[in-house]
Amino acid sequence: MSALTALFYVFAAMAVFGALRVITSRNPIHSALYLVLTFVSVAAIWMLLKAEFLAIVLVLVYVGAVMVLFLFVVMMLDINMDSGGRGFWRSSVAIFVGIAVALQLAAVLFLHFKGVWITDAPPLPADYKNTEALGSVLYTEYVYPFELAAVVLLVAIVAAIALTLRQRKDVRYNDPSKAVRTRAADRLRVVEVAPVVRAEAAPDAPAADAADGGPAK
Amino acid sequence: MTLSLAHFLALGAILFTLSVVGIFLNRRNVIVMLMSIELMLLAVNMNFIAFSHFLGDMAGQVFVFFIMTVAAAESAIGLAILVVLFRKFDTVDAQELDSLKG
Repeated sequence: MSALTALFYVFAAMAVFGALRVITSRNPIHSALYLVLTFVSVAAIWMLLKAEFLAIVLVLVYVGAVMVLFLFVVMMLDINMDSGGRGFWRSSVAIFVGIAVALQLAAVLFLHFKGVWITDAPPLPADYKNTEALGSVLYTEYVYPFELAAVVLLVAIVAAIALTLRQRKDVRYNDPSKAVRTRAADRLRVVEVAPVVRAEAAPDAPAADAADGGPAK
Repeated sequence: MTLSLAHFLALGAILFTLSVVGIFLNRRNVIVMLMSIELMLLAVNMNFIAFSHFLGDMAGQVFVFFIMTVAAAESAIGLAILVVLFRKFDTVDAQELDSLKG
């Protein structure tokens, strides 16, 4: 058994153990952390397959961003952990479906697919760089799907923000579009005021001035 | 014993089966169901990269790149829907989310 095979078995065992714990642990935080273990192990296996760029992207994007998002949501939501037992019925359904899927996949792999036992990959050139090879294909032949992927990410950003944004009713806030569109006439109103006729100009009202204690004339 | 394509495809199949079982097993928790979907996409990516390596074709790795993009978008939107769902119904139990039932 070569060192490469031994490494494969070690990382495959870690990945399968992590996946098993993801689906069986009661605490969603434990599930997320075991999923991180699975992702890292699979990234190591991708390194064995000489796909270094995707292995590093898997660690950076999944472990660095997506799993942090999962952990954030799990910790933000107040989920009660003790949701009782899983129940015999649901477990038996799950095991039945799992056995069916496993049998089907095994049949497809080992009964009807003759090329599955190949061991020798086509030789790579001596100055092979995985990132360069991937980029030279991605930016020439697949540039249109690449642009579509950018649009998908933009839609995801807009959708995620639009879904979770909420206007709070108990907070006063400024509406920027209204503030920009405002004019001087909305804020300042010039009022025509009629000239006030002074009381001493009218000689026929001395009694009213005396009654309210006004200044003497 | 050297590594053959069958090793990697078998690992992918095991991970895929575990994630299908996980979806059925964790019906009480939508978050773990989303994690199972991520695991399923990872198993598929495993197959793509194994085929890409053993057939010497770069297109498989390009596909993995796009699948990872879509998976990241999917998990972001899925978690946003989950947050809205929890705000409205106070639960993430898929069994109790039956408002559409007549």
